[in-house]
Amino acid sequence: MGRKLDVLRKEKRGPGRKARKQKGAEVELAKFLPPATDNSGNKLSSHARKRAAKRRMGSGKTQARKNLLQLKKQTDEGRMDGTSAAAEQPSLQKGGKHRGPGEGASRHPQLGCSDSRSVSLTPAKRSQPAGDNEEERLEFSESEGDGDEDAWESMEDDESNEEMMDDYGASSSEEEELLPIEQAARKQKSGREGLSEDDSEEEEERVSGQSKEQEDEEDTDLQLNMEIDEQFVLPSGEEIERENILPSNPPDLHLIHQRIKDNVEVLQDFRVKREAGRARQEYLALLRQDLAAYYSYSDFLLKKLMELFPLPELVNFLESNEVPRPMTLRTNTLKTRRRDLAQALINRGVNLDPLGKWSKTGLVVYDSSVPIGATPEYLAGHYMLQGASSLLPVMALAPQENERILDMCCAPGGKTSYIAQLMKNTGVILANDSSAERLRSVVGNLHRLGVTNAVLSHCDGRQFPKVLGGFDRVLLDAPCSGTGVISKDPAVKTNKDERDVLRCAHLQKELILSAIDSVNAASETGGYIVYCTCSIMVEENEWVVDYALKKRNVRLVPTGLDFGKEGFTRFKDRRFHPSVKSTRRFYPHTHNMDGFFIAKLKKFSNAIPKMQKDEESTLETASPASAPEVAAEPQLKRKKLERLKVTTGQKKQQQPPSKGGSVQRHKRPSPQRLGARPPARKQHRVHRNGQ
Amino acid sequence: MRPLTEEETRALFEKLAKYIGENIQLLVDRPDGSYCFRLHKDRVYYVSERILKVATSIPGDKLVALGTCFGKFTKTQKFRLHVTALDYLAPYAKYKVWVKPGAEQSFLYGNHVLKSGLGRITENTAQYQGVVVYSMADVPLGFGVTAKSTQDCRKVDPMAIVVFHQADVGEYVRHEETLT
Repeated sequence: MGRKLDVLRKEKRGPGRKARKQKGAEVELAKFLPPATDNSGNKLSSHARKRAAKRRMGSGKTQARKNLLQLKKQTDEGRMDGTSAAAEQPSLQKGGKHRGPGEGASRHPQLGCSDSRSVSLTPAKRSQPAGDNEEERLEFSESEGDGDEDAWESMEDDESNEEMMDDYGASSSEEEELLPIEQAARKQKSGREGLSEDDSEEEEERVSGQSKEQEDEEDTDLQLNMEIDEQFVLPSGEEIERENILPSNPPDLHLIHQRIKDNVEVLQDFRVKREAGRARQEYLALLRQDLAAYYSYSDFLLKKLMELFPLPELVNFLESNEVPRPMTLRTNTLKTRRRDLAQALINRGVNLDPLGKWSKTGLVVYDSSVPIGATPEYLAGHYMLQGASSLLPVMALAPQENERILDMCCAPGGKTSYIAQLMKNTGVILANDSSAERLRSVVGNLHRLGVTNAVLSHCDGRQFPKVLGGFDRVLLDAPCSGTGVISKDPAVKTNKDERDVLRCAHLQKELILSAIDSVNAASETGGYIVYCTCSIMVEENEWVVDYALKKRNVRLVPTGLDFGKEGFTRFKDRRFHPSVKSTRRFYPHTHNMDGFFIAKLKKFSNAIPKMQKDEESTLETASPASAPEVAAEPQLKRKKLERLKVTTGQKKQQQPPSKGGSVQRHKRPSPQRLGARPPARKQHRVHRNGQ
Repeated sequence: MRPLTEEETRALFEKLAKYIGENIQLLVDRPDGSYCFRLHKDRVYYVSERILKVATSIPGDKLVALGTCFGKFTKTQKFRLHVTALDYLAPYAKYKVWVKPGAEQSFLYGNHVLKSGLGRITENTAQYQGVVVYSMADVPLGFGVTAKSTQDCRKVDPMAIVVFHQADVGEYVRHEETLT
């Protein structure tokens, strides 16, 4: 019966603790009460409720009363000793019936001592009211109900009371610490209590009725908190249905957030925390639905992301997509030095710091009193506003002086100017972009930054080895679905579907082959291709690289970046070449930069490997053909692309093109509008402009 | 894309001479390889031969820009310098004007330089002489022509214009689409 001892010990402690306990006990009490009382029309005060609970307690109840009587007897005896104090508080004697044993005991020391002590007052100590002790008594009387009453009684009689006396003698007593006005109020109250039980009940009801609402609020709050501790229960399908049916009241985001948290917790330790009879799929389905509602993603994208990340990481990822990345800028070393630039900007009231150890030119801007994109330094070309992640591909490319370099998709020119900067304006950069419109910003940026070694063209990237080839290095920043830069362009959350991703992937495969074909493997210094996207989809990254490895004489080499996560070598049912490990992935939640993928390829032979005859016959139509063919018959290609799109739209399951013979085996629907391609480019523009 | 005609070359050089005088020579004969002017879609580009070689293999209609754009020929065959030429004008400029930090912003928004904003000016600058405008931190901001000679500047009232605005780096933001 450790509980009895607990009760006694708690009485020794300060009122702050008591106060807290009182609240908790109230809530507990509310739980003990059968629901019958809730239905009854008139509201009960907290005391009334307690009494009702007592009444329902049954057998244990009578025992408790016995205890009470015994204790009262003792207190009365104690009071005999005190002479003047008893006269001071006549009401207390009357109200003794209501007082708990603890209170009665607590009075002893006060009565014994002189009045001089009553001077020291701490109002905080006030709250040791009868109700409190009553509650505790109630508690132990409940626990008492079983049968060993006698043991308890005896203990109460001879030992514990003395203990209490001593303790209260040591600590300051309760009554003397009240302010005079409080004492007066107390007397009044206890006097009234003494009149009759019924009266006091009514009074309490009246008083507490006013604070009823507040109490209720507190109750709900507490219950919310308690839900956390409770085991997460998967809501049934009907409940969710109901939520969906009622569009009038918008979904409770707080509730959904809580549910996501609980759900993730359960899923992380599924065997232990699961609810019996519910499958993991149900949990996952609910989680996806909640995440989609909470972060407003399309179901498709969430499914993809769930495949990509473990659950806690997924939530982190989604969360970090809601906040913008820090603003970073790159010093243009063609015109200034980082230290000078930092000083100049600090003088303008910009708060900045070096970007990191890995970059010698980057700066992070924390806040600024001037528009950072319109300072005289910016206009004079001393820096470029550029995300931290877009420095990485150029660092991986590592351009050397006097090389010929191709930047296939260059808008808006940030990476191009960085290349020029690393080459110190020597050699030649061919900056290409398929959209003439977006090249305007490239022209402006390159001139502003003082880049003089660039030629700008707006060819289609896929025509490249035909336009011009034999480059030392090629940077392919391929158009993509933009799933890594959701914080910049939240539209991606909803406007991408399977077809968009596959359309991008297809375009990327064509582009990477033309990029590889544009490189001169015999180059003394180069022969490298850097492929990067601002997407985190495997379809647009590892899959494309793996495809290039199969189709051309290239191998993956380390990117030279010492951070970032390794690329996937296996994903779901796909198995990629083991060297795909040396590619790098960057995530907003781990690196605090835009989601990015970087792969560096080295071309070791200019020859285009020929497929074996039999293999080729099956593969040819489904998989995009080699680049020369692309150049030669773009019309045909487009049709193929169209077909791929349609078929994949029909089947939910995507297929790697290398074994996607079935794609072509599908009955080909009537060739639809060829205009389906521009949207892909347009989408590309949307997120690139954001950069 | 083609080389400039005799006439166009004269128009271009006359304009350049207003700012950099006989330093034009330094633009044409450079120690680090040969440079030349090329006309493409009415724009004049200043490029090295090596870059030119790459650019020639790009179909004309696909070529957007090469090297540095100096300016364009108007429909009446006059030559107009663009702010993009500033990188080459600034180092060779013979006459310079420095504006006070307070007047920097005003100039970058396309306004003329007033006497009150004038920080420094090269001695013996004549009236209507092409000048490059610098900030007090020696950052080139643009170029224009003087409205008053250095002598007149001394006694003119503070609100009088001393440099007419022609081009400033603010155009990179304001007129990005018309730069080329």
